[in-house]
Amino acid sequence: MTARLFLVQRLTAVILAPLVLVHLGVIVYAVRNGLSAGEILDRTRGSLGWAAFYGGFVLTVSVHGAIGLRAALIEWGGQGRRTAARVALAAALLLLVLGLRAVWAVVGGGAP
Amino acid sequence: MSPDAGIEVRIWRGGAQGRYETFRAPRRENQTVLDIVTWIQREADPTLAYRFACRVGVCGSCAMTVNGKPRWTCRTHVSKVASGGRLTIAPLRNLTVIKDLACEMTPFFEKWRRARGRFEAAISRDDPLVPVSPESPERRAADAAIECINCAVCHAACDVVAWRGDYLGPAALNRAWAAWNDVRDGDRTAVLAAAGAEAGCGNCHSHQSCAEHCPVGINPTRSIAGLKRAGLAALLRGAL
Repeated sequence: MTARLFLVQRLTAVILAPLVLVHLGVIVYAVRNGLSAGEILDRTRGSLGWAAFYGGFVLTVSVHGAIGLRAALIEWGGQGRRTAARVALAAALLLLVLGLRAVWAVVGGGAP
Repeated sequence: MSPDAGIEVRIWRGGAQGRYETFRAPRRENQTVLDIVTWIQREADPTLAYRFACRVGVCGSCAMTVNGKPRWTCRTHVSKVASGGRLTIAPLRNLTVIKDLACEMTPFFEKWRRARGRFEAAISRDDPLVPVSPESPERRAADAAIECINCAVCHAACDVVAWRGDYLGPAALNRAWAAWNDVRDGDRTAVLAAAGAEAGCGNCHSHQSCAEHCPVGINPTRSIAGLKRAGLAALLRGAL
């Protein structure tokens, strides 16, 4: 189990590295001439590409962050394995729900 | 410092709860920290508890914390470490103190067992010897890890061990790496399973304190990285 968590942590890190760079690059590029909510939504609404990019981002962050949180809770928080696993799972679900909700808000329905 | 000025030595007395006691020891040429401790035990206070055996850096039993750093005291010259003409000598970190400078080593060696740092023969004594080329990558990797003297200096230097006491630690994992690289072993995958279990090689943060403090120049961080790579490869192959 631990070896699998380690593998998944490394794989998600490999996926996250380019995603974070693109995310930061887009921020810098998008705000060059000022930025409005309308401008963002014009780009993202109905875009399958951005839905896949940020959907994947959210999914990877949820898994990667939760595994890291589990290790930090055990090493620095003095928590047992069971408590750490439960808190990490809750954090993963929270990140997943909040993240996917945000992705849906910019690429899917909802008032602009 | 001139040889006859003497040196002020603070030594930890007691168990986990205790205090520093200050002694004054004579300074000699080419004097080691172990020489100082031995002088104090023989000439100043015979109740001082500490461990040593070979005095020449082979047995690994005399490690202590000297001025805040874990060191093999028999090969540590006072002139190299006595800052301001003072020495502070404490037991090793990350181990339970029995008395004064002597620590309980059992948990340290239990970790070697947990990491499966032992040889499991695949053949009997009636079979012909298995040749191992000194030039093979496995033999070279084992060579780089094999000279460990079990002094627990790396274990004391490791912050991850300080954070979670059940972490196998650099010495046991370095031994597991040497064992995994022994191509004669009958069940090498078992080493990866043991070393990669909870509180195993995956928990190493690569701080490299172990490599920084190892008195015989081993780099356990590199060994642990090797275990991580081998474990991941075995997992992806479906062998783990």
